Amino acid sequence: MKKSVWSMCGMCTVRCPIRVEVEDNTVTWLEGNQHILKGALCAKGSAGPALVADKERPQQPLIRRGGRGAGRWEAVSWEFALDYIADKLKTIIDRHGPEAIMASSRGGPFQDLVKAFTHALGSPNYTDHDSACGRNVHHASISLFGLGRKGFIYDIKNAKHLVLFGRNILASLRPAEVNQVMDMLDKGGRLTYVDVRQTLTGIKATNFFQVRPGTDYALALALIHEIIKADGYDAEFVERYTTGFDELAYFVENYSAEWAAKECGIKVKDIHELVGQLIADRPKVVFHPGWMLSRYNDSFYASRALNCLNALMGNIEVEGGLIFAKGAGDCGGKGPRSLTELSPKPTAKRADGVGDVYKQFEKGPGLFHLFYKAMATAQPYPIKGIICVRHDPFSCFPDPQAQKEALDNCDLIVSIDTHYSEFGWYADVILPESTYLERDSMIALQKGMKPRMIMRSKAIETQADTLCLCTIIKGLATRLGLDQYFPFNTVRELWEWQLEPTGFTLADFEKKGFVEYADKPVLYDRDKLEGKFKTPSGKIEIISQKLDEWGFPSWKPYESPAKPPKGQYRLVFGRSPLHAHSHTINNPLLNELMPQNTLWINTREGGKMGIAEGDLVDVISGDVTSVVIAKLTDFIHPEAVYTVHGFGRQIPLQTRAYHAGMSDQKLMKGQLQNMDPVGGGLNLCETFVAVRKSSKNHQRKREL
Amino acid sequence: MNTYTLYLNSKRCIGCHGCVVHCKANKGLPVGPILCEISHERLKSVRGVPKTEFKFRSCYHCEDPFCVTICPTGAMKKREDGIVYVDAPTCIGCMACAGACPWGIPQHNPETNKAVKCDYCMDRLDAGLQPACVTKCTTHALKLMTMKEI
Repeated sequence: MKKSVWSMCGMCTVRCPIRVEVEDNTVTWLEGNQHILKGALCAKGSAGPALVADKERPQQPLIRRGGRGAGRWEAVSWEFALDYIADKLKTIIDRHGPEAIMASSRGGPFQDLVKAFTHALGSPNYTDHDSACGRNVHHASISLFGLGRKGFIYDIKNAKHLVLFGRNILASLRPAEVNQVMDMLDKGGRLTYVDVRQTLTGIKATNFFQVRPGTDYALALALIHEIIKADGYDAEFVERYTTGFDELAYFVENYSAEWAAKECGIKVKDIHELVGQLIADRPKVVFHPGWMLSRYNDSFYASRALNCLNALMGNIEVEGGLIFAKGAGDCGGKGPRSLTELSPKPTAKRADGVGDVYKQFEKGPGLFHLFYKAMATAQPYPIKGIICVRHDPFSCFPDPQAQKEALDNCDLIVSIDTHYSEFGWYADVILPESTYLERDSMIALQKGMKPRMIMRSKAIETQADTLCLCTIIKGLATRLGLDQYFPFNTVRELWEWQLEPTGFTLADFEKKGFVEYADKPVLYDRDKLEGKFKTPSGKIEIISQKLDEWGFPSWKPYESPAKPPKGQYRLVFGRSPLHAHSHTINNPLLNELMPQNTLWINTREGGKMGIAEGDLVDVISGDVTSVVIAKLTDFIHPEAVYTVHGFGRQIPLQTRAYHAGMSDQKLMKGQLQNMDPVGGGLNLCETFVAVRKSSKNHQRKREL
Repeated sequence: MNTYTLYLNSKRCIGCHGCVVHCKANKGLPVGPILCEISHERLKSVRGVPKTEFKFRSCYHCEDPFCVTICPTGAMKKREDGIVYVDAPTCIGCMACAGACPWGIPQHNPETNKAVKCDYCMDRLDAGLQPACVTKCTTHALKLMTMKEI
């Protein structure tokens, strides 16, 4: 039997809308939803069916029988596994209270189930991966606009100029956004790209700045300086909607283009040229405030400066600028119900100290890495159970060895994932979740210029003994007597319950695969933006009252980043369009095209060490050594070496990915708690590594 | 007479290799055969910006294809509209076609032990659709053009 199913991709967390054709429970075709993506999908998207067919993903629940990480698993039934976990959770709750249990999931639209489950248990300790991703950007945005990083949509398609600081937008890609960038370029728009290396994005740039690693903040400050000096900002907008402009002008006085050129290692003439372009292109200029900006110890301030440049451009709520993300309420509608609303809000303080010790961080998901501190010290109280859902902290956060040592204080470690994760391999129980093509997910609201409800429906029946997350959580909740917080027996009942207040029904999804709340983009009246900024003053706070209250400066005086010691390099990492972090490294089709990563080394630096293209090199940090193939290029800063994140996996059952390439996070020794004190993001580009030609290179042929 | 060609707007191509996987997924190919390729030259500085352009290559669907002539079973065929394709049931997997092709275009499918190559997704074309690589190209950079259009 043939059918066509609207669904949502799950190969990465962009979650593109897709349409899947199925015949006899086999996917015969899948494409991007024609209504939104006109069919477009990335390489990862097309590799979805290969994930489903892959026997190297867990095929049934597994319980650890040997030591942690030893890889001795016993295959058990779902009944057994869920009973086992529920018993362990009950014991932890009896001994230490519910707050001794923490859970983490990917952020985004589907966190509701995991968060609701954590709260229903009575624990405030729900968290996600974001301290190794967008926390700095998020907090910087809140301190300026009173809105998180998803509070604005970037109208790139209609912009005249897009400025990217390390946001490798065409490789670390979201198809809808990529098409906006290409449309902008087709219309003659300008792209400015700033990075320590040339990338797939930078090759399309009008202006390219290869800066010294860690100097983004310097360049951003100089742009503010020069734009103010040239009276090139939107004075009317700044006067009306911002506070603290004069302090900013005073603060940036010494940060001239000449100064930044020297600091960043770029040409002063090029900065002046860029400033001229920006002034000519404003307000249709988008400064991307960064996506994954857990990098340097001033990334929070760099992101704040970039968003401040948006305000100076006066680009808020204008075509080709930053548009407020609209919710259902902006269209006179109601959003779908969430399960978190049903659970009582836990009263205990968070174990990561967020909202208590750390007032500057938003409570929502807190900061995962701080839980390791609680595990290791039992302060403010012990953490004894941890559940990670589609989240692999060992691939995500620095120094997995340090993480393991903290986890050894736990009585229960559970991994719920579609594939074997490095964390799962160390866990006590692996619960295999069905792949995105085999599972239903909750309905979620996607804010935007035209807010919409999105859903994932399973295209095919499960190919292994796996379950969808809704069923797994419901199964655990039932065993723990928490049924009342999960008022559904089937996913369909859950959807219907979610949709009840919206006035829409499941049938409304049938036409396009999603439900829109508006026919046309919803824009606020730009002359009446008062109250739209959720800061204490209701304005864009260039000088933030809250930061002031918590004892942090709104603008940190610039400090030049440390130069690596002789023979060492700053380790930076990034993404390839062929892989989604560590999740896809073992996917047969993606692995075929990119089986391992390399270490990018500046050609001249490589020459000094006698390293040639293709040589094996040792990359050393503390007691960790990785061996990887060298790639020499003129287009990386000599202080930096670069690799694609996600490789160097050590799960024997993933035969394609096993020990292929190197892992950046394993080299980040001692960096697990090195975070930006204001932004909460981890400083993932603050590790220096030694590089040398490896003794593993073939010296001569010894065979007869 | 050839009717079609695949055109890559290299300005829009971002080198994501989506087309390679779209093609493989549509034909249900295992690891091994790759029917289209994205390549680029080394970066060169153009007005201060290191640049390169991407190139796309699949089968050229020659006017007078050597692969068709050499095929011992007549499995390699050229349609009236110029598409050179493998008639799978007749193919014995001898891969003489790959040897005859100056670019080694026909690939061996280890699962079926037969030759496989780009046929512009002729089953899709015949159904009024576009080839997989064109339909799903991440940036809509690939187009199927008719020779008339060119």
